[in-house]
Amino acid sequence: MAPTVVAADRIVEALTAAGVGARPAGPVDEVDGVAAAAVAVVRDTFTTAAAVRVAAQHRLTVVARGTGTKSTWGAPPDRVDLVLDTSRMADVVDHAAGDLVLHVQAGIRLDAVQRALADAGQRLAIDPALAESALGPGTVGGTIATAAAGPLRLSHGAVRDLLIGITFVRADGTIAKAGGKVVKNVAGYDLAKLLAGSWGTLGVITEAVFRLHPAPRASRWLISESLDPHSLDRAIQAVVQSQVVPAALEIDRTPDGEGSVALLLEGFEDGIGARVEQGLALMPAGSVDLKPPSWWGRLPGNAASTLLKLTSEIAALPALLAAVDSCGAPATVRGSAGVGVMHAAVDGDAATIVDVVRSLRSRSAQWGGDVVVLDAPRDVKAAVDVWGPVRGLALMRRLKDEFDPGHRLAPGRFVGGI
Amino acid sequence: MTTTSRRERAGASPSAITALAARLRARLGTDAVIDDHQRLRTYECDGLAHYKVTPALVVLPVDADGVAASVQACAELGVPFVARGSGTGLSGGALPHAEGVLIVTSRMRDIVEIDPADQRAVVQPGAINLQLTKAATPFGYYYAPDPSSQQVCSIGGNFAENSGGAHCLKYGFTTNHVTGAEVVTPDGERVRIGGKAPDPTGYDLLGVLVGSEGTLGIATEITVRLTRLPECVRTLLAGFPSTDEAGAATSSIIGAGVVPAAIEMMDALAIEAAEAAVQCGYPAGAGAVLIVELDGPSADVERQFEQVEAFCREHEAFEIRIAADDAERALFWRGRKSAFAAVGRISPDYIVQDGVIPRTALSQVLRRIAEVAAQHGIRVANVFHAGDGNLHPLVLFDDRDPGAADRAEAVSGAIIDLCIEHGGSITGEHGVGADKAKYMPRMFGEDDLDTMQMVRCAFDPAGLSNPGKVFPTPRLCGEVPGRRSADDAVHPLQRAGIAEVF
Repeated sequence: MAPTVVAADRIVEALTAAGVGARPAGPVDEVDGVAAAAVAVVRDTFTTAAAVRVAAQHRLTVVARGTGTKSTWGAPPDRVDLVLDTSRMADVVDHAAGDLVLHVQAGIRLDAVQRALADAGQRLAIDPALAESALGPGTVGGTIATAAAGPLRLSHGAVRDLLIGITFVRADGTIAKAGGKVVKNVAGYDLAKLLAGSWGTLGVITEAVFRLHPAPRASRWLISESLDPHSLDRAIQAVVQSQVVPAALEIDRTPDGEGSVALLLEGFEDGIGARVEQGLALMPAGSVDLKPPSWWGRLPGNAASTLLKLTSEIAALPALLAAVDSCGAPATVRGSAGVGVMHAAVDGDAATIVDVVRSLRSRSAQWGGDVVVLDAPRDVKAAVDVWGPVRGLALMRRLKDEFDPGHRLAPGRFVGGI
Repeated sequence: MTTTSRRERAGASPSAITALAARLRARLGTDAVIDDHQRLRTYECDGLAHYKVTPALVVLPVDADGVAASVQACAELGVPFVARGSGTGLSGGALPHAEGVLIVTSRMRDIVEIDPADQRAVVQPGAINLQLTKAATPFGYYYAPDPSSQQVCSIGGNFAENSGGAHCLKYGFTTNHVTGAEVVTPDGERVRIGGKAPDPTGYDLLGVLVGSEGTLGIATEITVRLTRLPECVRTLLAGFPSTDEAGAATSSIIGAGVVPAAIEMMDALAIEAAEAAVQCGYPAGAGAVLIVELDGPSADVERQFEQVEAFCREHEAFEIRIAADDAERALFWRGRKSAFAAVGRISPDYIVQDGVIPRTALSQVLRRIAEVAAQHGIRVANVFHAGDGNLHPLVLFDDRDPGAADRAEAVSGAIIDLCIEHGGSITGEHGVGADKAKYMPRMFGEDDLDTMQMVRCAFDPAGLSNPGKVFPTPRLCGEVPGRRSADDAVHPLQRAGIAEVF
């Protein structure tokens, strides 16, 4: 698609006429280095549909944005005519506390969600790992769109597993719903799962319904530090194969190969003591804390590093870590050891990163996972295949063609140029 | 595609079936193809026996190649096909197509691999649910989704229907436990998605495939998560004066932050049936019983179990039994797990309904069900997964009694309406299948259904994979307005002079 500059005032005019708040875009509205023409501020499903209909009429490309914490993730979009700012679409629609179900608008921030649930002693068990620089977590919509997860995934599953209903706006402006407000429901296709991790390329998510869990009455972190690779792996395996039922099991590994492992136990005050004893027996020189270690739930690296998402079979984690150690660049690795998802921050110039990614992908069969470049400086992204090989890509293209035949929703952002 | 051509595709001519039979015999072997009418009738229904259709042809492939060859042949000749595992489904999801092929996976029963280190198992689609748990148990693991039919149902069928079970309150459904699959797509291609690692790159194809009721393809190999056996399991059985008190106890338990592995309820009529069938010895005179099971680390379970017991007493449980061992636990569960079949002891005919309501609406909905049943002169026995509001009303009738079947059907439909009215679902675990496609427009709008069918069009544009299930009316594929054309290469605003190219 040829780069174009669209007359922002004409777009703003069309949106305003449709009753949607809009303004010309500025430099802060760039999406991963791609300048936007205009910004529409949507307030609910209906204004989002109105904005998307205007975009459809004028064949504008559309990128949804919450707080923008992940706007540099994935591949940059080919073109951004219209940014849909969802951050004002931030209401709790319904909290059915007795049913442990929450219905929210997609632009609400996750920390606002947790605050709204605290009084009822409940939580949404989604704690996406944040960049060191992030001031707060992103929105519900962005978390769903990127399928971002964090430590609690081990015990509560990924976003897809907690999302029980979804409302979204299709590329043509049609409003569609799937799922519902009850946890147990097998009526119709589970479009919520399709939208989760679709990176804004199939529809604009406007509302979500989640299954909630009781907030833990007691939490303890068990931490072992300064472990060599062998001891780290032994500790992980001991916990994974045990019956202590960890809420989370995270590791943090420095470029020199030294690692820490932290185990989170959640439960009730009068039962957790015994479980802590059990847990400590599995961890070399472990200590107990009421707070998480500083690196907990934080992505490694900084704006200059390349952030990789590395998945693996659980027991093949040592093979993955060994490959990272010998990849030719210093890397810090953190992630959910009991799940098989790691994030690595690699430092190096574009040429180095290209080699690192190639090296890891060529060996990834050893650990049975994928190597994705989640975030990176622009010159790095321009030089690498961000998403790497994909199984079932032909089916994914067909889905994209059905949902967005004009390829106007976040074009180029996702796998295979989708 | 025109409507006419679609109608032509809806079934195959006898000569096409003859050609298909010959071709598949040559490819899969004579014993893998059935076209004898008497033998075909063995497959005329699944677990929902009042829907019967004799398939034109049955094939029994022994491997993925055989499934792919069967589907390819169907795709080339425009013949519809339906996949079937053990045939235990309760929504007619595996109901055959009269002019189509039934692809049965019962000869693909292998458990390919138990991999405790990675907490995964790889199975063929015909592998039996309970066999998988038995194979994993020596390693300290089990397969968590446990539909009541787990002794006979297949993992492939569970995959298609997104099966749940009593323990899905805590552990989730099939969809939360599948991490990989090899699938034969409706055009006959073999596609591998995911594996033992999480998050395969790209759209969550498994997320839509699981629970798609065989309309998007046929799984030929499935990789599932194995769950660590809990350190401790405690089960109690409590007798209550009525379902109101049992429901209130359930709400208190959940409200206290306890997440039991299961909370099951049965009302007086369901208890009567279970007693008649399996002599489970539930508390005499109970208007409702609750079975509550907790599992996990011993320290937590013991403490929460005391709480659960206290809540039951607080809500007037007149008898509480605690399973002393596995044998007694099995006895508690026997009454519950046999409940559907057991009503055969107290009624010659019955409809098993499956609907979901928000748990907090339980008492209200049960009262309404009783009213509706009384109005129609029909008895309803209630069995439910109380923890997640999944009702299984058993609508009892005698088909010899003129008009009784219609009245039972009316009550059954009214129950579904009650579920929708309370913001619930028309099916919690049995699926839509052939039985409930007609209810889909009551739960979803036209646009919602149209959007779901866009997924169908992406996977199965010819509409050959289990046609007529899930959706009340097919969507014509390939007629999407605004389809990308060469014209799109030029930005319209640019064409209109609003934008310019640099």
